[in-house]
Amino acid sequence: MSLSMDLQTLWFFLVGILLTGYAVLDGFDLGVGSLHLFSKGDEERRIMLNSIGPVWDGNEVWLVTGGGALFAAFPEAYATVFSGFYLAFMLFVFALIFRAVAIEFRSKRPMLWWRRAWDAAFSVSSLLAGLLLGVALGNVALGVPLSADREFAGSFVGLLNPFALLVGVTTVVLFAMHGSLWVVMKTEGDLEKRAQGWARRLVWVFLACYLAIAVTSFFLVPALWEPYGRQPLLWALPLLTLLAASNVPREVYRGRYPRAFLSSCATIIGLLGLFGVGMYPRMVGSAPNPEHSLTIYNASSSPKTLTVMLIIAAIGMPLVLTYTITIYRIFRGKVRLTKDSY
Amino acid sequence: MDSIFLARLQFALTVSFHYIFPPLSMGLGLLLVFMEGLWLKTGDPLYRRMARFWVKIFAAVFAVGVATGIVMEFQFGTNWATYSRFVGDVFGSALAAEGIFAFFLESGFLAVVLFGWDRVSKGWHFFATVMLCLGAHLSALWIIVANSWQQTPQGHHVVMTAGGTLRAEITDFWQVVWNPSTFDRLSHTLMGAWQTGAFMVLAVSAYYLLRRRHEAFARASMKIALVVAAVASLGQLATGHSSAHGVARNQPVKLAAMEGHYAASAPGDLYLFGWVDEKKGTVTGVKIPKLLSAMVHFDPQKPIPGLSPVAPEDRPPVQWVFQAYHGMVAIGMGLIGVSLLGLLLWWRRRLFSTRWFLFLLLPTVLGPQLANQLGWFTAEWGRQPWVVQGLLRTEQGISKTVTAPEILGTIVIFVLVYLLLTLVFLHVVIEKIRSGPEEPEPVTGPREPGPGAAPEEPRPAHGAKNPTPDSNPDPESDSDPAPAGGEP
Repeated sequence: MSLSMDLQTLWFFLVGILLTGYAVLDGFDLGVGSLHLFSKGDEERRIMLNSIGPVWDGNEVWLVTGGGALFAAFPEAYATVFSGFYLAFMLFVFALIFRAVAIEFRSKRPMLWWRRAWDAAFSVSSLLAGLLLGVALGNVALGVPLSADREFAGSFVGLLNPFALLVGVTTVVLFAMHGSLWVVMKTEGDLEKRAQGWARRLVWVFLACYLAIAVTSFFLVPALWEPYGRQPLLWALPLLTLLAASNVPREVYRGRYPRAFLSSCATIIGLLGLFGVGMYPRMVGSAPNPEHSLTIYNASSSPKTLTVMLIIAAIGMPLVLTYTITIYRIFRGKVRLTKDSY
Repeated sequence: MDSIFLARLQFALTVSFHYIFPPLSMGLGLLLVFMEGLWLKTGDPLYRRMARFWVKIFAAVFAVGVATGIVMEFQFGTNWATYSRFVGDVFGSALAAEGIFAFFLESGFLAVVLFGWDRVSKGWHFFATVMLCLGAHLSALWIIVANSWQQTPQGHHVVMTAGGTLRAEITDFWQVVWNPSTFDRLSHTLMGAWQTGAFMVLAVSAYYLLRRRHEAFARASMKIALVVAAVASLGQLATGHSSAHGVARNQPVKLAAMEGHYAASAPGDLYLFGWVDEKKGTVTGVKIPKLLSAMVHFDPQKPIPGLSPVAPEDRPPVQWVFQAYHGMVAIGMGLIGVSLLGLLLWWRRRLFSTRWFLFLLLPTVLGPQLANQLGWFTAEWGRQPWVVQGLLRTEQGISKTVTAPEILGTIVIFVLVYLLLTLVFLHVVIEKIRSGPEEPEPVTGPREPGPGAAPEEPRPAHGAKNPTPDSNPDPESDSDPAPAGGEP
């Protein structure tokens, strides 16, 4: 890998940053969602919701902007993946709709049936969203059937292959672990203890999934491991990721949850970094015809547009980081329910 | 049913439903800025209660707007993949810019506006409200940029890609952004959004006055909203006129369809209403002869290019465009009438006591909503058969890999989900309106904790059997303080 970056590589990296930002940030609130039904009683559920209340919407914007950036920088990849995975994306969209509405409307009315229904909607949609994201990622890594004009030539059922499902389940578990650590940091008393229990169990489930993926990808998706043969220095990345992942249980058992959460963030960043390194310069692998793959070169916009977008990103991203940090600072600390809460 | 029809139907359904909410966010966002600004300026707690009440409604609107908006961003790729490949270079940039410049701003500051009342200072909260409103407007800017480029494309060239397909690529970004229709369509859309928010506040205030509840609150809200409604309604005259000028210049076929003008070269008439016979190329209705020429060219004798020389397959659906356009104009005129009448009554000091006018304001809440929809129908139908004017036909834009039964299936789910959303949204908003604004807080000295200092609130009782509603449980209690101001 040469160090001189062309525009396409730069944009591959930037789209990667946006999607990684999404996974790290929305990851914990999707995780909180999938654990929601395990919390007990109305007050705990309100605290769960309000732990992500001020931030979940901003977190989701990372996905929206990542999607927009993918559309702008790599329209061919955007078009092929979104139309190819039609039903999967539609399911994902319905999950996000129910999730947004459930968070906003759940506590607006006092009826028990109302709250129970939205609790279920919030939890199931959060879980489904994580699962679908993972399945999509697994398929992109594995490669999907693409025709010569780079249209998807597979089926919806074909997307539900064992490897993609394994990545999907791992994503759900990873987000749940990430979310449980968030809940511990944001709550007190019974709920905090309960969340510590979730975290203690989930770290092991995640490590098992992590190992399963590492091993199966070595055999099923050897392409992901090729770059390390060419450039041994790259081995630092999987090693650091492994270190971060195994540090999560260490910190959890020492009761240092903020550190565990940071390690969990680093794990997500590392895993997506590994995915990016393994894919580069491909965007969507084609199997069985690798020559039909979408790469950052045959899927990208014109250099002019990539340059314009770079200027937009250079102006916009510092602003985005400023708002994000400001909001997290304002709402730091344990959740207190007030009359403004969800 | 073929997949082109179904893909268009799905887009129309999802975008129309989505567009109920963004204009409310923009309009209410602007009104919130005024309400909080007045609170900051006068210190009158009435304005704080007003802002707190409308922020709750804003949040419900915003949530459904976000949820249905993500559908739109994904749908370009899922259902219009060929279109996306063709326009991604140009159109995608505007969408990405919307994400970076507008959505982050909006979602971040909404959190401060919604949950930050006791966590940040007054000034900070006002700043957050201004940023929230700005974010909503910036979002409109980028979407209008993208759509206007489809109407009046410029700043691009069409090239053959290595894959052997054609696509549009940016040659001049600023020409794309400020293409000939951007400014007219943006200003017209924003005025429509302000009307939507203002007439919503007017209707709710009228409801309280009719029920004799929260009267001081309702009177003060009504004054702010009436000013915005009047400015925006009159603004629609100017921006609508300017938009029509632009359409005449840049999309003459659309203008001809809007007025059902067929004659190849004759002065254009302006219809008040009518019915188009697309086969014969005639319109039956009430018209003002030559007024279209007079308005477009300031010369009643100057001819307007008609539809006759245009091949039938290159014409938009004339009847639909004509009716949508005339419906929009009629409602727009009605809204000007209502807001001027309101100003007149206010001047005569009878605004709050004229019950028939207050009754009239209730259904008027739907006026801007309907006009917004009809305006967009005019714009989008009028551009047909093109999805990008002159460059790409609509039927060429769809996804090749998505089948008709798949689209039909998702249409059915969208209809069911959106019906459910409508019911839930209306239920929550109506309950919020019925329970009214909060009780005024007892004055116990200055109460302005610094950032991070959350006040001690009593925690609600434990257990799911006794959930605490966030709203005032006693809707009948009228909680207004002594009238704070009264008539001007």
